[in-house]
Amino acid sequence: MNEEQLYDEQVVRPYVMTRGRVEARAKLDLITLAVTIRQTTGVEVGLDPEHLTIVRLCRRPLSVAEIAAHLDLPAGTVRVLLGDLLDRGFIMLQEPAPEVDVLDERMYRAVLDGLRAL
Amino acid sequence: MASARSEQSKKMPTAIKLLIAGGFGVGKTTMVGAVSEIRPLRTEEVLTNRSIGVDDLSGVEAKSTTTVAMDFGRISIGDDFVLYLFGTPGQERFWFVWDELARGALGAVVLADTRRLADCFPSVDYFERRGTPFIVAVNCFDGAPRYKLDEVKMALNLSSEIPVLLCDARRRESGKEVLITLVQHAYGRRPVAKV
Repeated sequence: MNEEQLYDEQVVRPYVMTRGRVEARAKLDLITLAVTIRQTTGVEVGLDPEHLTIVRLCRRPLSVAEIAAHLDLPAGTVRVLLGDLLDRGFIMLQEPAPEVDVLDERMYRAVLDGLRAL
Repeated sequence: MASARSEQSKKMPTAIKLLIAGGFGVGKTTMVGAVSEIRPLRTEEVLTNRSIGVDDLSGVEAKSTTTVAMDFGRISIGDDFVLYLFGTPGQERFWFVWDELARGALGAVVLADTRRLADCFPSVDYFERRGTPFIVAVNCFDGAPRYKLDEVKMALNLSSEIPVLLCDARRRESGKEVLITLVQHAYGRRPVAKV
């Protein structure tokens, strides 16, 4: 990939889409889950098509990484869009279990049983 | 940031991250694809020069951003948990992304190829240094020299409690066995819960 391509497609467009907003708040993990809690009514002032796509996609919980892959946008851009939707009450976020909490015996048992049953 | 881990958390599964690391071409994405319920997806982080560090930009000053791609898959465990398997970016210079991926990860699989064993040294070093539970899975490529697992363990200078096993990254059953070994190892390694 040449640099011009990288510049055009992967930096400028997402930046314009987020109107120059960058990730100012606590950075969402790639596996932070988003789920829609309020449907859009068709016309929502100030929401872009990408916002509406996220609201539609997240009828079931999806991670930041999955949303980014489906929208073909960098994860950073998706974090900004999710922040907008959170502020306007369209989605709810669930952050992953903090590292110190990854020691719950029930979780390990459930994961091991689930893997064995695959 | 506002989140809902408390009363509403019943409606949402808990996301758990596992990492698949190793050298370029060792079969990370193959393994992700073999066990994932979705075809592997790709996500990209755009790094600015602030996040990569000045050294990496010497000679390419005009380039102020770099895109790092990561392939990942998903395994739903009932309604309560969802495992995300991330292949780590091949270039170890993107420590920024490794740190982000490793944060909160339950553990990591280091995939090794006995023809190029040294390729997995940086991954082993990284997880040892960071204290992330990890295991080593030797991907059995056709025609690759077969070594005893003890020999691999010695070559990697691994402590005795780190599991080392053979695998075939293309096979779902094999990938399952690797992940089960990792979760069991991480379980044994977890800090004693504070009561």
